[in-house]
Amino acid sequence: FCSSTWLKNAIQTVTLIPGDGIGPEISSAVMKIFEAAQAPIKWEKRNVTAIQGPGGKWMIPPDAKESMDRNKIGLKGPLNTPIAAGHPSMNLLLRKTFDLYANVRPCVSIEGYKTPYTDVNLVTIRENTEGEYSGIEHVIVDGVVQSIKLITEQASQRIAEYAFEYARNNQRASVTAVHKANIMRMSDGLFLRKCREAAEKHKDVKFTEMYLDTVCLNMVQDPTQFDVLVMPNLYGDILSDLCAGLIGGLGVTPSGNIGTNGVAIFESVHGTAPDIAGKDMANPTALLLSAVMMLRHMGLHGHAKKIEAACFDTIREKKVVTKDLGGNSKCSEFTDAICQRVKDMD
Amino acid sequence: MSKFKNSEKFLIKHVSTYTPPPAQYGGRHTVTLIPGDGIGPELANHVHELFRFCCVPVDFEVVNVDPSIASEGDINNAIMAIRRNGVALKGNIETNHNLPPSYKSRNNLLRTTLDLFANVMHCQSLPGVRTRHKNVDIMIIRENTEGEYSSLEHENVPGVVECLKIITRTKSLRIADYAFRMAREKGRRRVTAVHKANIMKLADGLFLQCCKEVASGYPEISFDSMIVDNTTMQLVSRPQQFDVMVMPNLYGNVVSNVCAGLVGGPGLVPGANYGDDYAVFETGTRNTGKSIANRNTANPTAMLLASCLLLDHLKLHAYAGMIRRAILTIVTETRLHTADLGGQGSTSEVVQSIMNAIQSTRAHTLST
Repeated sequence: FCSSTWLKNAIQTVTLIPGDGIGPEISSAVMKIFEAAQAPIKWEKRNVTAIQGPGGKWMIPPDAKESMDRNKIGLKGPLNTPIAAGHPSMNLLLRKTFDLYANVRPCVSIEGYKTPYTDVNLVTIRENTEGEYSGIEHVIVDGVVQSIKLITEQASQRIAEYAFEYARNNQRASVTAVHKANIMRMSDGLFLRKCREAAEKHKDVKFTEMYLDTVCLNMVQDPTQFDVLVMPNLYGDILSDLCAGLIGGLGVTPSGNIGTNGVAIFESVHGTAPDIAGKDMANPTALLLSAVMMLRHMGLHGHAKKIEAACFDTIREKKVVTKDLGGNSKCSEFTDAICQRVKDMD
Repeated sequence: MSKFKNSEKFLIKHVSTYTPPPAQYGGRHTVTLIPGDGIGPELANHVHELFRFCCVPVDFEVVNVDPSIASEGDINNAIMAIRRNGVALKGNIETNHNLPPSYKSRNNLLRTTLDLFANVMHCQSLPGVRTRHKNVDIMIIRENTEGEYSSLEHENVPGVVECLKIITRTKSLRIADYAFRMAREKGRRRVTAVHKANIMKLADGLFLQCCKEVASGYPEISFDSMIVDNTTMQLVSRPQQFDVMVMPNLYGNVVSNVCAGLVGGPGLVPGANYGDDYAVFETGTRNTGKSIANRNTANPTAMLLASCLLLDHLKLHAYAGMIRRAILTIVTETRLHTADLGGQGSTSEVVQSIMNAIQSTRAHTLST
């Protein structure tokens, strides 16, 4: 939401992290489409393979960090964490470096990519720093393990405020807090209280609360009843993947991570797909839709709409689509089809 | 079984030799009935009505639990009644989550005190119920007493709350063993453990390891595992791939609700909670249904099917079969469908039709 201060015609620099596996090919596809759409974006490619800094602490390369801190906006492809690398996952490292506290996933049904669910249009906002994924575990005695779920007032307040701001900025009507306060009274109770406080400050957005199990139950029966959902880490993980499944999976779902200091990294959440890497078979839709999300975040709504429409139209027509979308075209052919459509729109 | 430590061997009992509590007073069983809140009381009445109609040799000892009082006297009475009778049928007791943590969920208290460690839910596509996915047949076995539902929370520093998730070797082995035994008994081919061991390495890692250990003792059943977020994604796209699923408490909550939604909603699926000594039957998704209470629109199918599970547990299989067949016949009649299935039928109409269906089969049997 820093869009209003930027001039519409100024070229903005965005850090691009192509990633591993199919990352480079889908990143090139996105760059090509953006060029065709004449989006005022300049890409700054960076590599984020973890390196060991002084003192042995793992960190991302300093030039990547400097680039992100300067540009504030980033687009990232899928990253590999080598097994037994000795360092935590790359995504975790990025999250910690930039304090990416909110994971936002808009799930909208894609016309032309049929799933049993139509008319899905919701957004999941997940707290991304604490909760059940605090990583604090102990063996109490042999055979008894405790895992600590951490809920803090500060993080809950931050995510709740973000959820309402997002709803307001994106013309969403309601925010639903998902919790299990009947069982986890103190922790989810605290989360809920902060959501209620944020709701008081944003009276123009409707606020409801719903148990996690009720949300799951209703989501698979009628997903149209949901709008924006805000929740702690674990529930967010499960629900965001559930919603991604409703619209067709991780290959077509965009995702954005919002951090402090205005940093925002948009990414595709699928894997690196090493089996099809380099074979021009990958589907760039997820990364493209994340890039569109990024354009909207930057206030470039016109370009966002154009590119998104071109993408959806190409998928709907089904003539030139990749294998996972039901066709047998190459990635480059799919990309070219979208580029052509974008150019035709002008 | 040699891979288990000596101390654990005696903890794994074989329930197949279990005999139901002795019938009292002329061959009739006494069963505790906890109506609960919301739609609970009206559904309990329908069960009563149906059992009377079918002359089922079961008497209900009704124990009410008032959710508004702070003392745990009511729920302790209910627990004592269940200890006395051995079996119970229950509706969901409402939990006001705005009350302080000293007020624990009554349902959870019941489950943990009676050590009803296995929650079993069988989600099957029913003919006559229109759903997006067909041919779903999943058996969900959920650990019911520990995990995230341990109710151990504290606030050491103001504004920082810690909630403990406890996973123990004993209980994980117990539930895994239950799942595999159940799979073997029912002739199921595959057990999937649902976990998040990539993040919760110690806790879910322990659970997964216990499942693997138990799996090695059942070579005819294939075992695999899946991370919970991928599981939910797979469930909404291709639920037919799942057979039996075993998991800790919270994931069980999520997965069982997703599966119930896939086969038609909370009004159709019964649930059972089994312990070594007690069994409590209820609707699968444990909803109070406050918003539709006392309107005669609730779907009685889940509760009635739960009562059939109860009868099976009491070894009254003939009655269970008769009632179940009637229920499943009526559920195919679209004109009787209640609101949750997209119809306008009333609860009493459904129950009456079930009784009529039973009557006609009885008349048929008598005349042959």
